[in-house]
Amino acid sequence: MSPNAYLILSGIIFSIGALGVLLRRNAIVAFMSIELMLNAANLAFVTGSRVWGDLSGQTAAFFVMVVAAAEVVVGLAIIVTIFRTRNSASVDEASLLRW
Amino acid sequence: MFQNLIPLAEVAESSVSFEPVVFWICAILAVLGAIGMLISHKAVHSALWVALTMINLAVLYVLQSAPFLGVAQVVVYTGAVMMLFLFVLMIVGVDASDALIETIKGQRRVSILAGTLLVIGLVMLLGNSFSVQTAQLANADSAYGGNVQGIAALLFGKYVLIFEITSALLITAAVGAMILAHKERTAPKKSQEVLAKELFAKGNYQGPLPSPGVYARHNSVDTPALLPDGSVSDISIPGPIVARGAAKSVNETDLSEIQIISEGLGLVSSEDDEDKK
Repeated sequence: MSPNAYLILSGIIFSIGALGVLLRRNAIVAFMSIELMLNAANLAFVTGSRVWGDLSGQTAAFFVMVVAAAEVVVGLAIIVTIFRTRNSASVDEASLLRW
Repeated sequence: MFQNLIPLAEVAESSVSFEPVVFWICAILAVLGAIGMLISHKAVHSALWVALTMINLAVLYVLQSAPFLGVAQVVVYTGAVMMLFLFVLMIVGVDASDALIETIKGQRRVSILAGTLLVIGLVMLLGNSFSVQTAQLANADSAYGGNVQGIAALLFGKYVLIFEITSALLITAAVGAMILAHKERTAPKKSQEVLAKELFAKGNYQGPLPSPGVYARHNSVDTPALLPDGSVSDISIPGPIVARGAAKSVNETDLSEIQIISEGLGLVSSEDDEDKK
């Protein structure tokens, strides 16, 4: 089976994730969309690793997972802090820096 | 567990008919989960859809001879990350759904157009990236005796510096989350003694409430009780009855009868009183 199919799938999932960031206003859902984009990148890494017959791609995907885990922890803590002060998880509410 | 998964990956590598079936099932489910995340109104539903996508991606990893990443995907993403999302949703409130009003005019239409262009661009770009499979991953796996061992050799050999820096990243993230989630106390913590004193402070009545109607010469629950001194007790009527506006007021004759009783002016004969004694 052609590895291009995996890459196309990864591209589709990445685009849906990007659309999620653009369309959804709930900060948590926007955050999930970012996770989806990272996952799509991981799929491309794994596909590349398979095509080249080299485990470096899988190692890169592993590092992406680690960074994503750290990012989720900090990001969700920020969302909880913003929710505490503003009582809302909408990205439109935190607009004090807007000109 | 890995030992059971590796043969599956090897089967996927060798057989022709087995892989496309699994790929198409998982690809369709993964895209379905992603679209579900995009269009479901409640954030909890979105989280569950993303979990579906991630599980299917894990199957695709295993299918592509990456059993270690497949298991890590299930454990880290669906197990830890998505459940963390659900916990935060519980704190923030499950009902917090999106506002449907656009803050920037036409943003939704432009976003959908941009997303469609991105899909078309990526598919055209990626559709022909690989024409031939240059090497078998099985060779790289067998060099160290397996997929996990191969990744370990890279992690602790070639990429050991990145691995060490990752530990700094994780510790920074953990400390950062602790600092962000920390709440500074503005008042000292109350001891149990202070709490108990506050509970029984003057004005905080902790005993049973007076039952309705008793001194008002009615026994229905919508009539307020009259206290022994003749005053109306507002707390004697159950709250829902007051909320419905069904509480009866105490009329003048009741009050005058109570006045007579409390002054012992003989509405009730004194013999009855003595019988009770």
